[in-house]
Amino acid sequence: MIEHSAVISGIGISEVGRRLHADPWALTADAALAAIADAGLTPADIDGISTYPGAIWSTPGITGAGVDDVRALLGINTRWHNGGGEMPGQLGSIIAAILAVGAGVVDHVLCFRTVWESTAQDRIGSRSATMAQVNERESHQWSKAYGVGYPTYGALWMQRYMHESGATREQLAQIALTCRANAMLNPQAVYRSEMTMDDYLSAKMISDPICLFDCDVPVDGSVAFVISRADNQTSGSRGIAFEAFGSAGGLENCAEMMWSRTSLKPGDVQLAELYDGFSIISILWLEALGLCEPLQAGLFIEGGERIALTGELPFNSGGGQLSGGRLHGYGSLYQACLQLSGSAGERQIKRRPEVAVVSSGVSTFASSLLLRAGR
Amino acid sequence: MSDDRNSDARTISRSSVGRIVPTSSERARPFWQGGVEGVLKIAQCSDCGERIHPPRPICPHCHSKAITFTPVSGRGTVYSFTINRYQWLKEMPPPYVLAEVDLDDQPGLRLLATVTGCAPEDVSIGMQVKADFVEVEDGWIPVFVPESQP
Repeated sequence: MIEHSAVISGIGISEVGRRLHADPWALTADAALAAIADAGLTPADIDGISTYPGAIWSTPGITGAGVDDVRALLGINTRWHNGGGEMPGQLGSIIAAILAVGAGVVDHVLCFRTVWESTAQDRIGSRSATMAQVNERESHQWSKAYGVGYPTYGALWMQRYMHESGATREQLAQIALTCRANAMLNPQAVYRSEMTMDDYLSAKMISDPICLFDCDVPVDGSVAFVISRADNQTSGSRGIAFEAFGSAGGLENCAEMMWSRTSLKPGDVQLAELYDGFSIISILWLEALGLCEPLQAGLFIEGGERIALTGELPFNSGGGQLSGGRLHGYGSLYQACLQLSGSAGERQIKRRPEVAVVSSGVSTFASSLLLRAGR
Repeated sequence: MSDDRNSDARTISRSSVGRIVPTSSERARPFWQGGVEGVLKIAQCSDCGERIHPPRPICPHCHSKAITFTPVSGRGTVYSFTINRYQWLKEMPPPYVLAEVDLDDQPGLRLLATVTGCAPEDVSIGMQVKADFVEVEDGWIPVFVPESQP
């Protein structure tokens, strides 16, 4: 498979926080230069760039830099680049880099994702005010006429899921509670105070059955990776291998595609970093990826032991987007790389994982990566 | 028909829905205008009969371009719902119910709309609803009300 021709050689992250009022280009450069140095490379070695979504017009704060911005920031030129909003999930930008490297077009691709939503919302006034500035698309008529927000969709999925599975809010609370417990061990997470079951159950409802703690938190920050040819790594490379990717539309199709490209099985996964824009999305990914039986996720995560850092399937080890901050898929991949490299500090899983799965997005905007630790 | 529609419309609290002008594209205009006649109109392929929502200029089933908007029963079943409690639009103070409704007219024909005409807490999955309309500046917004409403 083409996945085997590429590795994650370096990882980097900027300062991450609420209302940083930092220049998103500076955040991007911080993450990019850190990733390049982590790979044992210099900016001159980078000959490709891939990002989601790049310099497109969306709600303010959703995107902090484009390909041209980064070329200018780092003073580099490239042989190939890619960026845009229509790709299979945020990690689709990583998959594009794998394909470009695997096709022999480039040696070292810089991938990045920069957000500054927290500062944008602070400047403009509110979440709904930034939403109002979105570029009008034909699809918006179906939501605008009815006062539909992003949480509406999560709430509709969660309500239906609870109806079909019989899962309770107490069971599903473990997604938010586990993320918070892990965030308490992550110095870069934005919410690090203890959260109890009572805190969760008494939280403000946003769109029933979704409460405040089921929603991820907008932040400012940038994450970057260098994707390199497996046969052209420096001695400093992290060498994290791509075992398989899934890019088919729809979570089940995506997972089926990923598992069709590897001999590994769901039971081999030792770490799950799953997209949690809303907590129900992680539930849907758990089941789609075969990490638990269909409609059994509530029972699977009940009590939280199985998905704790000490459990059989550690989940969102850095706090996810719910408590770590919405780094939009890239944060999950970053945490997976730390765990696979044994460099996750206080929250490192005792027996360093060899295999991790990372997912991004939901519905038809989705992708997944199956990773193996470097040799 | 028109009289029936007017009697239904009176049962809706218009202030709970507000005045929102949908960005009614040319593709979707008949959907937003159907309320003038008091009927819900959905795009339909004239060749194979497939109903298509949101409207598209080509049938995804047989690729025919003979798409017209035809009346549907407007009756359906709540597939999922939520009580929204956040004010996304200044014209729409929360709480209000948003529901995915499966129309009786074709399996999988699902609309996302507000449910009015009952307390938010009274909406449930499986509930039978029917279409109604709220007039706004440049069209009629289809909404759903309980089927059992007198």
